[in-house]
Amino acid sequence: MEKFLTVDADKCTGCRLCEQVCSVMHEGVSNPAKSRIQVVKWEQEGVYIPVICKQCEDAPCMNVCPVRAISRDPDVGFMKVDQEVCIGCRSCVGICPFGAMGYNPAARQVFKCDLCGGDPQCVRFCEVKAVEFVPVDRVSAQKKRRSAARQSAAERQAVTTG
Amino acid sequence: MALDRKIAYINLSTREVETKSIPLEMRKKFIGGRGMDAYLLYNHAPEGCDPLGPENPLIVSGGLLTATCASATARTHVMAKSPLTNLLGSCNMGGFFAPELAWAGFHHLVITGKADKPVYLWIHNGDIEIRDAQKLWGKNSTDTQWAIRDELDDQEVKSMVIGQAGENQVAYACVMTGIKNAGGRTGMGCVMGSKNLKAVAVRGTMDVKIAHPREALEHNKKFIDQITSAKVNQIQGALGTPFIWGATNCWGGVRTRNFQYNQMEYADEIEPEAIDDIATETMGPHHMTGCFGCQVHCRAQYKIQSGLYAGKYDEGPEYTSLGAFGAEPDCKSAETVLTGNHLVNQYGVDNLEIGSMIAWAMELYELGILTQKETEGIDLRFGNDEALLQMVHNICTRTGWLGNVLADGGIPAAEKIGKNAFDYLIQVKGMNNLHSDERATPGLALNIATASRGSDHLRSRPAIDLYHLPEPVLRKIYGSPVPYDGPLSSEHTEYIGKPWQVFWQENVYMAVDSLGICKYHTVFLGATLPNFEDWPDVIYYNTGLKFTPKEIWDAAERCNNLERLFNLREGLTRNDPKKGDTLNHRYFDEPCRRGAPDVIGKKIDRDKFNVMIDEFYDHHGWNKEGVPTSETLQRLGLENEPTRLL
Repeated sequence: MEKFLTVDADKCTGCRLCEQVCSVMHEGVSNPAKSRIQVVKWEQEGVYIPVICKQCEDAPCMNVCPVRAISRDPDVGFMKVDQEVCIGCRSCVGICPFGAMGYNPAARQVFKCDLCGGDPQCVRFCEVKAVEFVPVDRVSAQKKRRSAARQSAAERQAVTTG
Repeated sequence: MALDRKIAYINLSTREVETKSIPLEMRKKFIGGRGMDAYLLYNHAPEGCDPLGPENPLIVSGGLLTATCASATARTHVMAKSPLTNLLGSCNMGGFFAPELAWAGFHHLVITGKADKPVYLWIHNGDIEIRDAQKLWGKNSTDTQWAIRDELDDQEVKSMVIGQAGENQVAYACVMTGIKNAGGRTGMGCVMGSKNLKAVAVRGTMDVKIAHPREALEHNKKFIDQITSAKVNQIQGALGTPFIWGATNCWGGVRTRNFQYNQMEYADEIEPEAIDDIATETMGPHHMTGCFGCQVHCRAQYKIQSGLYAGKYDEGPEYTSLGAFGAEPDCKSAETVLTGNHLVNQYGVDNLEIGSMIAWAMELYELGILTQKETEGIDLRFGNDEALLQMVHNICTRTGWLGNVLADGGIPAAEKIGKNAFDYLIQVKGMNNLHSDERATPGLALNIATASRGSDHLRSRPAIDLYHLPEPVLRKIYGSPVPYDGPLSSEHTEYIGKPWQVFWQENVYMAVDSLGICKYHTVFLGATLPNFEDWPDVIYYNTGLKFTPKEIWDAAERCNNLERLFNLREGLTRNDPKKGDTLNHRYFDEPCRRGAPDVIGKKIDRDKFNVMIDEFYDHHGWNKEGVPTSETLQRLGLENEPTRLL
């Protein structure tokens, strides 16, 4: 079954291991500037948000591409850039609402998340499970359960404290 | 490549900058990080130099594996001659600074001279610029970092800064990065202040090429699994270092009331759980943060809920803050601990040293050696939270006679206070001890007495000694990569075998500090964690350099000897109470009053301690005075130092 990459920012510790392993996996180098996932941090408040490509259904990157270099991979379901067709205009970098499309100035190419071909390394290395790779039919199941648990706990507390 | 990261020499007086490559043979001999720093310090610090003079080099570094695909290699090391001890100055901190320095193209910075007005360094993808910092002067450690980000218009900039304590040249001022990552010990922030250097800001997007990326990735996964499967790291990841507070206090290992006691009566009041009650965001699996690439996430986050600093966000408190603002001044308020922790982070001062200094002053006040005249009206008795926090302010801002005196560090302060104040100062080589009590644990006592940067647990502590591991397990750990068939004891109150354990730990800690790895990822608090046997693969996959476990051991021993040579050159002698490998007389004279049955009544036996020191020197190949013999120097290839190759 198709799977989605999901983020739960509440769990993120801000360590950025995902950036390290992503760049090593794709480029053979350690360099967060070349990572497909990036953790945006507000250290002053202890807030850390991993930013990923959402592999949008109606993907702006695909729609904006003047040479149709971007299409959905039929096997794993990610949006794929065909570097043979790409003219390097960076329209996709400009239009992505999440900033998830990257540009490599040395290679003069755009780059983006390819879900590591179905085994995302960011997920494999994240011990706190701030990023997960979940089947499409369970994409909100865990969040729902956690939210319900919080609600239930709050209700119980309200009853006990009267 | 990690190996193509450079070394930069920056002279703040002349504003000259020079960069050099690091030859591979230097890597093989001194690895990187702290080990290479020791080489640079021994070669660049003029003999007998003034720690606060322009000629004292401030050396900033990342380890060999920093910013590679190796787990928890985020440590920054800073070295210089210490203004606190007048011997080796050396501190180590986590966070995100060192990896960013490596992505900006550098592994080591050697900063000399003194700027005529406040400046900061801006290091960006191979370029180094000296910039004006007059607008930053006077700012605390976090405001400085955010102001630099705004000025450079880049929120990803990482900075190593000083707060007001460093500006005011408090002898034990820290260097800071992030919210609370502190290079705390030996006053490296004071050296920065003396150079008018407010900050080192770095940002890099340069590749660190991995020699064998697939293998490095797989090996990293294996390593992380090994590290996170250790129970000790799982609990660290939930509670941070305070996890060890309750147990240590229970058996009687928490230094209390400046060493009058070895157990805090009201420890439960400042347990992690008690802190949890008053802080809105703290100490749970989802309120922890970590350093770059680390899955242990041992740093708690909190907001102070009440008091003067209500609503302030911070990180910690670590075990040391519980000691500094709890046990030592005998204050039993979690709010005081959180407030004190916040103040030291903002001022940029060593929580451990400042807590010890204030507790010492409290005992002197109790004894009448200090009076209300010297304290200028402050009622400096134990348990006075308000006086404790007031003294933190006074020291960091050098306000009042006593604040100013205590800011100079223990030994100069003892001279100014006079009488027998020095007798009560719990120091080694001029630096105060961790808030732990080693009277019942000779191995730990030997560690603090001989640590190269003064009384300190992170140089050679055989902490697993407290676990009573069976002898075969100890043999397995301590018998490799160099065979050891001497005695070993599972009993922490014993003296036998401890010198070898301390020697082994000294080398293991030097190795991790040189590789850039955090100590929670080696045999420190957990016996199953990686050590010499585990590192050759990590080094090879990431850098392509080949080491055997024995070669790592040798390099570590070599670097430890360099630190020793530096200390000897600057005046260390074996029995000097101010600069030697010895302990405050109270370790030998005053028995433990509290704790477990096998701890009460314990003190260090002076004769047995001296035998331990002899044996410890012997393992090193040092003579009875603690000086490396010429055979030892030859064996380690140090006979011609200083060689000035870098």
